[in-house]
Amino acid sequence: MTQLDQNKAPIAEAMITHTHKRTVAFDVPGHKQGKGNPMLREFLGDKCLRFDMNSRKDLDNLCHPVGVILEAEEIAAQAFGAGHAFFIVNGTTAAVQAMVMNVARKEEKIILPRNVHRSAIYALILTGAIPVYVNPGVHPKLGIPLGMQLKDVEEAILKNPDAKAVFVNNPTYYGICSDLPAIVELAHKHNMKVIVDEAHGTHFYFKSGLPISAMAAGADMAAVSMHKTGGSLTQSSFLLIQDPKMMGEVRQVLNLTHTTSGSYLLLSSLDITRKFLALHGEEEFSRVMQLTDYARTEINKIPGFYCFGSDIINGGNIANFDSTKLTIHTRGIGLAGIEVYDILRDEYDIQVELGDLGNILAIVGIGDKKQDIERLISALMDIQENYAKEDFGMITYEYVSPIVRVSPQRAFYATQKKVKIVEALDEIAGESIMVYPPGIPILAPGELITQEAIDYILYAKDRGSFLTGIEDTHIEYINVLEV
Amino acid sequence: MEFWFTEQHTENVRFSVKVDRQLLSKQSDFQRIDVFQSPEFGKFFSLDGYIMITEKDEFIYHDMIVHVPMSVNPDIKRVLVIGAGDGGTIRELCRYATVEHIDMVEIDEEVVTVCRQFFPSTACSFDDPRVKLHFEDGLKFVRSKKNEYDLILVDSTDPVGPGEGLFTREFYGNCYNALSESGILVNQHESPYYSFNAVAMQRAHRRIREKFPIARVYQAHIPTYPSGYWLFGFASKKFDPIKDLDAVKWNALNLKTKYYNTELHVGCFALPNYVKELLKNDHE
Repeated sequence: MTQLDQNKAPIAEAMITHTHKRTVAFDVPGHKQGKGNPMLREFLGDKCLRFDMNSRKDLDNLCHPVGVILEAEEIAAQAFGAGHAFFIVNGTTAAVQAMVMNVARKEEKIILPRNVHRSAIYALILTGAIPVYVNPGVHPKLGIPLGMQLKDVEEAILKNPDAKAVFVNNPTYYGICSDLPAIVELAHKHNMKVIVDEAHGTHFYFKSGLPISAMAAGADMAAVSMHKTGGSLTQSSFLLIQDPKMMGEVRQVLNLTHTTSGSYLLLSSLDITRKFLALHGEEEFSRVMQLTDYARTEINKIPGFYCFGSDIINGGNIANFDSTKLTIHTRGIGLAGIEVYDILRDEYDIQVELGDLGNILAIVGIGDKKQDIERLISALMDIQENYAKEDFGMITYEYVSPIVRVSPQRAFYATQKKVKIVEALDEIAGESIMVYPPGIPILAPGELITQEAIDYILYAKDRGSFLTGIEDTHIEYINVLEV
Repeated sequence: MEFWFTEQHTENVRFSVKVDRQLLSKQSDFQRIDVFQSPEFGKFFSLDGYIMITEKDEFIYHDMIVHVPMSVNPDIKRVLVIGAGDGGTIRELCRYATVEHIDMVEIDEEVVTVCRQFFPSTACSFDDPRVKLHFEDGLKFVRSKKNEYDLILVDSTDPVGPGEGLFTREFYGNCYNALSESGILVNQHESPYYSFNAVAMQRAHRRIREKFPIARVYQAHIPTYPSGYWLFGFASKKFDPIKDLDAVKWNALNLKTKYYNTELHVGCFALPNYVKELLKNDHE
């Protein structure tokens, strides 16, 4: 294979050349390099609007690339060690949908962790595939969902030998990894494909010493949110495939939902960010790891906070850990994660990614400086001194095994009615209901409402957990399918 | 040919100083440092394009950040200075024989090196045996200190860039803990005039007021800072800056100063109405 030059950024370069031609534009976009919309030009900047271009011959076409986009995709593929890389501008959601639609058609089975992102569930609704869920397990102290254990995946495979694929998060939001190489080996042995949601794992491709990436582990496809930890513009992503021969087939499926007016701002941001990370990713993410290691050490010195690292790896549902994720357990100072999240934002002007009942999650990236980390550490110290309360226990979580009766697609399009949750036994759920922590659904559309599920909803509600996803915010009624 | 240094004070206002020649330009790990020779202000240096000190007007800033608290509590013995890489604040502090120990925490060692070379008139007391230099983040340094200082002077840059962490609630909270029962915190408090500086000024005041029982603001005329009109914050657990002014004792020290005197001390806390209004409405 020819080694392609990672110094090149073909799309961005073509855009610059194109502006030099000073072509008179009688095509879209209608703002015509910003001339027609001075307010927007003033707000976003002249350069931004000049680069907001339309697909033209010299700029190629995202739906059927034959020129600079194809070239940029091939260079990107080498950077990621993939057979091919598709530029995605509809968010990683589009990449996840394309993966699912590629591997499982109507009424075909796909094995997924129960804490899968909602984009995967939406993909199931689009395709009509049947989910087979694996319990990801929950950390008893931290209350966060974990990865899939190999033995649980194996059990699901053996029970569902007709399943087409296994879906894996690499890593989860909190940085937890399943044993991806072993899952790939096992799935391939049973003629199943492995598709990977790497929304939070872009950096795995550019830094040694981090958990293995999907392509290196031999997975068939991966959806990589370049914009999350990579640094490209929001909504830009890559869809990677292992086998370059699949390119045409995957592109066709992708084009079903992907925009036909791919934004050149997003495309060039992917192109340039790939170049930047291919050239400087190793040193950039080394610096990020130094920052997070330092933060972890300092935060763990503050009484009551626990910022876990690779110490939580257990060889089972925590096969590996992404140490660039800073999850800080806050129950030790008697505050819920969401409370610390609010205090940090309102009192200290510090925005973290999320707060759940037990933890806050801070995303540290290539744009962060040591001084930003110092602010987080000092703020946590000040919060500990000024807000700490009596520690209180976590609600114990129990996994409710779902019984899928009809496909999410059929449930979504079915006529529904409202019934009281307490009277919903043996009905089929028309909506999902999720409990925080740990952010795992109790029920999803198409699933049988069991006594166990009803009891658990009532228990969680009684204990003051957050229950979401359901239309009735008082959690009295649930939408079920009309038979 | 004319050579002018221009600083953008706001989007619509520029401040220019005629320059004879540029003496140095370098990029440190934190910021760009430039040193110039000028006919009006003598030597001056800028960080990321913002004038820090000039030979001609530095005495105003350094008089006002040091002598105001020192005349309120002449028993100050242990001092923490954050920022202050030019050395002017340290120079003024070292004139008090009663001061026993000064920790100076400057994030950028390069600033001290440059000032030692080009500004011997301010960088003259770094080697005083009472002074200990620490080159690290001020926010980090202060958070491990409890009840250690009688005075903390925050001689920082603006809240954009390396000085950002020194205008935050976590920083003032940690300063409070680092101060003794009779502790005083004096900080560079931005300007009330241009809206960008005024917002920073209000935010800083709110954060300090929330933490310290006594939180006052005083003013000085600093020709080379935006609008020429600058504020300092005076916060304390115990001392009132006017009622507790010990003018007799301070005057007995016979310190010769070019800007500060004890009458001005009282006057500088008398603020214009628009500034009072800004301080009253400091909640965003």
